Parts: sequence; structure tokens; C-alpha cells
Amino acid sequence: MSDTQTQLDIDREKGNFRYDVDYEFDAGTGLNEKTIDYICDVKGEPDWIRQFRKDALKKFLEKPMPTHWASHDLENIIFDKIRYYLSQGGQKPKKTWDEVPEDVKRTFERLGIPEQERKFLAGVEAQFDSEAAYSNIKEAVGKQGVIFMGSTDALKEHPEIFRKWFGKVIPTGDNKFSALNSAAFSGGSFIYVPPGVKVSHPLQAYFRINAENFGQFERTLIIADEGAEVTYMEGCTAPKFDTATLHSAVVELVALKGAKIQYITVQNWSNNVFNLVTKRGLAMEDAEVKWIDCNIGSRLTMKYPGVVMKGRRARGEVISIALAGDGQHQDTGAKMVHAADETTSNIVSKSISVGTGRATYRGLVKIPRHLKGCKNNTECDALLINTSSRTDTYPAISVRGTGNACQHEASVSQVSSEQIFYMQQRGLTEAQAMSLSVNGFVNDLVRQFPMEYSVELKRLIDLEMEGSVG
Amino acid sequence: MKHLKIDNLHVSIGDREILRGLSLDLPTGQVHAIMGPNGSGKSTLAKVIAGHPDYTVTSGDILFDGESILEMEPDARARKGIFLAFQYPSEIPGVTIANFLRAALQARLPEGEELEATEYYAKLYEKMDLLEMPRTFTSRAVNEGFSGGEKKRCEILQMAMLQPTFALLDETDSGLDIDALKIVSHGVNSLRGPETGMLVITHYQRLLNYIVPDFVHVMVNGRIVESGTKELALKLEAEGYDWATEPEAEAVGA
Repeated sequence: MSDTQTQLDIDREKGNFRYDVDYEFDAGTGLNEKTIDYICDVKGEPDWIRQFRKDALKKFLEKPMPTHWASHDLENIIFDKIRYYLSQGGQKPKKTWDEVPEDVKRTFERLGIPEQERKFLAGVEAQFDSEAAYSNIKEAVGKQGVIFMGSTDALKEHPEIFRKWFGKVIPTGDNKFSALNSAAFSGGSFIYVPPGVKVSHPLQAYFRINAENFGQFERTLIIADEGAEVTYMEGCTAPKFDTATLHSAVVELVALKGAKIQYITVQNWSNNVFNLVTKRGLAMEDAEVKWIDCNIGSRLTMKYPGVVMKGRRARGEVISIALAGDGQHQDTGAKMVHAADETTSNIVSKSISVGTGRATYRGLVKIPRHLKGCKNNTECDALLINTSSRTDTYPAISVRGTGNACQHEASVSQVSSEQIFYMQQRGLTEAQAMSLSVNGFVNDLVRQFPMEYSVELKRLIDLEMEGSVG
Repeated sequence: MKHLKIDNLHVSIGDREILRGLSLDLPTGQVHAIMGPNGSGKSTLAKVIAGHPDYTVTSGDILFDGESILEMEPDARARKGIFLAFQYPSEIPGVTIANFLRAALQARLPEGEELEATEYYAKLYEKMDLLEMPRTFTSRAVNEGFSGGEKKRCEILQMAMLQPTFALLDETDSGLDIDALKIVSHGVNSLRGPETGMLVITHYQRLLNYIVPDFVHVMVNGRIVESGTKELALKLEAEGYDWATEPEAEAVGA
């Protein structure tokens, strides 16, 4: 087994450490116009962004918490106690690890980021609290005209592309947390892949929260021009604090005619993080947007990656794995909006609830009456490990018209005691039996992750299962 | 020579007593058959030896080479050398036969020692050939969507790979057509030897034409009521179980 060869970020304890860091810029607690002015001044942003943020702040304050359908745990977020901007300086992220300040660098080294970059990535961006500390793209990829940089820099250096798509896939007022992000955003990636360019290796971003009572609001925008292809991976960790931490990102993808974007997330926040993320992709004619989403960490995650299929024959896909351990709530799903003929979408979601963990699936599929030849396939399977585990499924499927097809399958299963006995009879301990059958349950999806992640994912399931028996 | 010894075993499930003072001595190197009518407790015996959590041993003992295994977890018993070929094997979706057997063999190795992959596959393919199983079988999920015959073959494959000291075969012939029965029996016979003891549980004599036992025990109402050589099986075939059940019925009525 190659377990020992790769050390990625899926170990639940791996990110649980913290080094002291001196912050030069701190916007203080709470969010108001002054906070926004502070952020704009530090970042040296143009006026249109300042106005954009202030409009967003209004929307954020106006919008109620969505607790009429979502978890009441949201009420435990005290927005006034959160710090909205923390950085070591407004300077540009470094292009070599040697230039990254020692106190920040050792965190990423401990997480193994520079090592992964050498091994299999085309580029890496590493964000520490509010700003990217490191951002680099391999020379060969840069020469193809691929742009990969932090959003903060992109909006200054490539305003013509940035402004064209920024906030267009996910409008500010989409939901309360997209409005919050639009007001306070900092960091995140900007990627532009020119027409016909196929980026052979994944680009990766790593998000690290280091400070307590902090909110991270990165903003990512990926544009694949006609016929381009790109794979992006993101990972994240934070130390375990006693107080709640907030992570609220907005990710917009634009796949122009014939382009393909694959976006892979392995979410491994510590169990004090509220992870409230809005992710959506726009797929034009013959384009494909695929979200591969794995949620393991956090206290509460609310995330429903979506694809708007705007061009003929566009394809959207969401592959989702959620593991809800003791005290965790993974509220995840997918949104598929068909807006052109012959568009197809596929949703495969598998969740595992352990201990008092709760997994919720929410799926929205929309195919309007005037369209022809659209297809959706939705499969969602839930596995319950303990009697205290919980799962809920809320599918919302609206398929109109006569020339469209939709298929929905859902299942809830439990690892049966007979199955465990059978495996024990072959010599596996109860925990080994449990983890083998959980791995079997997600096996077909795990295979879609890059090797380095799937190996770690298996190891993590082993660790979780050890705690679930006996 | 090792012995699996069942000593005056009483077993209940809930309030119902199923085994009522059963004794049996199975040494390695021998094949014993247990025959009996439905509901006599044959399958219970196999499951209790393997440590199924639903059953309670109220008195008596099960000794593996003189040592009681009653307090051992099912997996510890398995690693000690007890194998149960299930009458109704469980499905394990998403887990391939190759991975499952690999995990089972790995579980028998000391901590820190890794199973050698090349040797493992060589052995797996050898045993599969013996059971006339196609190579594609290894990548199928354990028992998922298997026919009755495939399930039984898969049980014997596992037995061949794990090389138990004592193998319990619970109704291995059920659901098999004659061709499959021959293949499975051939597989079982090839595993016979001085290092292995086998307990073959069956309702019908048919299986014993292919797996010829050294001893036959007749089980009725949770006890062994008669033991003998393989000719006893033929007597049962000819006369049925009535002669064995009647005295018991009288005893209950008295």
C-alpha cells in the first residue's frame, strides 16, 4: 500500500496545530462600512469594488438567516465577534517558498504543500487567513498563457477579464452568505485558460485559517475559454479552536464553448468551522463543468455546487461524498439548472453518518417546459453507521415539457450486523470490517479523486470507524 | 493433531433453547458430517462455534486444542483457524473479492508486516483455477449479484485462501446444481489433509457422495442422537429421520 508515500490534508488531526503569527493588518471585529473601507484601503482597491462591497453589505444585512429551511445552528454565528480581515501585509504573494515569511511558511511545510507542488501540480496558491502567502505557476503552464493568481491581484492586473465575469454566475444577492462574501471577500484564486489550452496537471489552492474568531471569505473565479480544459483542486484546514470560525467562499466557474472544468474539493475544516459556501458554474455550448466534492470536516457545512447549462449540449455533473462524524452536520447537495436544449446533468451523492453525525442531501433540478432533449440522472445514497446517526433527503425536481427525462434514485442503508459478522468471521476486527464496508460504499466515487487523495480518504475512513465501534 | 471439542453445549437464542447438551470431538485430519432435519440446530452449531453474537451459550464449552474460545470475539476465532462457509453469505457492496481476501490475510499478519502482492495473486489464481472460476471474478464485489452457485464457490475460494485448521461447511450443497456441486466438492476435497478438520453440515445425503466423511452424526432437537460411519448417511437416505425423531417426541410427551 502506498499510504506512507503521500501525506495530504485528509488526516483529521493533521491540521490541528497553530503557530503564532504577527498580523500587520487587522480590521478588528464586526462588519460595517468602516471595515470595508479598511479592507479596500489596505488592498488599494478601485472605487467600483468599494461600491460593490458596500452594496453587498446592505444586502447581507437585509437578508434573513435562512433558518426557515436550514439548520438553526446558523444562529450561533455571532457576526459581531468575527474578525473580517487579517494579513501580514498588503504585499503581493511570493513566487518562491524561500521568500514566504518563516512563521507562515512553516505552517504550509507542515501541511506538505511545497512537497505536493513539486510532485504533481501545475501551480499552487496558498492562502493564510485573508491573503495568499504564496502563488506560483509552473513556467511551462504560464507560457501557454494560463493566468493563475490571487483574486486580489487579478482584479488589478486583468480587470478586463475579471470584471466581465465577476459576480455574474453568482449574483451578490443570491443568498445571505454570497452577499457576506461579496462585502468582505479577500483572497481566492483567479484562473484564465486561453482557447484550446489543456492544462495537463491540476492547479491547486490551499486555504488555511490560523486565527481564532476569524472569517475567511475567499473568492474564486475560473474561466476556461473555448475548448480549454483545466482541473482545479482545493484543500483546507484550520486548528481546533473553542470558538466558532467562519468560512464563507464564493466560487464562480465559466466554461465557454467546448471547455471543460473539473473542480475538486477536499474539505477538512476542524469541527468548529461553519462552512457556508456558494459554488456555481456556467456551461456554454458543448462545455462541461464537473464538481467533485468531498466534505469531511467542519461543524456545519452548507454547500450545493451548481451548474447552469446555458448552451446546447452542455453537461453538468456533481459527484459528492460527505462524512458526518460525531456532532457534525454535512448539509450538501447539488443544483442543476437546464437552460438549453439537449443539456445533460448527473448527480451522484453518497453520505455516511457516524455517531451523532447528520448528513442532509438537498438537490435541485430544473428543466423548463420549452426545452427539448434534456436529461438528468440523480442518485443519492446514505449510509448510517450507528443508531444515533441521521440522514435526510430533500430532492426538488422540476421537469416540464415532454421531451425531457429525469431519473432519481435514493437509498438509505445501514451496515448490517450480519455483514459485520461475516467479515469478522474472515478475521477482520469489527472496526476493520466497518471501515472496509464504508470504503466499499463510496468506492466508485473515491476512484474519481486523484490517487493521492483517494488513498488518504481511505485512511481517514479507517480512523473514523475505529472510533465508531465498541 | 489438534481437536475442536464441543462439550455438553447448551445454547439459547432469547428464551428458546436450541442446542441441548451437544458433544462432539473433531480432530484435524478427519471429516465429520452432521445430518439432521430442518430446525434441529445444525446451523446454530456452526454459528455458535464461529461466535455469532445472537446466540448465548448457557452452559458447556467449546475448546480449540484444549483452550476455551467462548470468550473470544468472532474475528479472533477466525484468526485462530476457524472458518465458516456460510449457508447464506452476506453481500459486501463495493468491496472486491481480491481486496476482501487481501484484507483478511493481512489481518493474520503481525503488525507492520505487509502482504506480498505477487505471491498473493499467484495463490489466488491457483485456487480460482481449482474452483474453475474465471479471473474476472476477483474484481467483482463480494457476493453482490452472485448466483447461488457462485456464492458457494466464493465461500470455498475463501476457505482455500485462508487455510483454516477447522472448517465448518453449512449446507454448502444447497442451491447447487450437479455440476456446481462437483466443482465445489472437488475444491473441498483438495483441502482435506492431516492439518485440517472439517465439519460438513447437510440436510441431504447427496453431498456425502462427493465429500465422503469419516464419521456421520445425526442431530435431532439440539443433540446428537446417533454417530457412525458413512453408512449411517445411507441409512438416513433410505429411512429418513423419523426413526431418530420418534423417541425424542416420546420423551417430550412423557
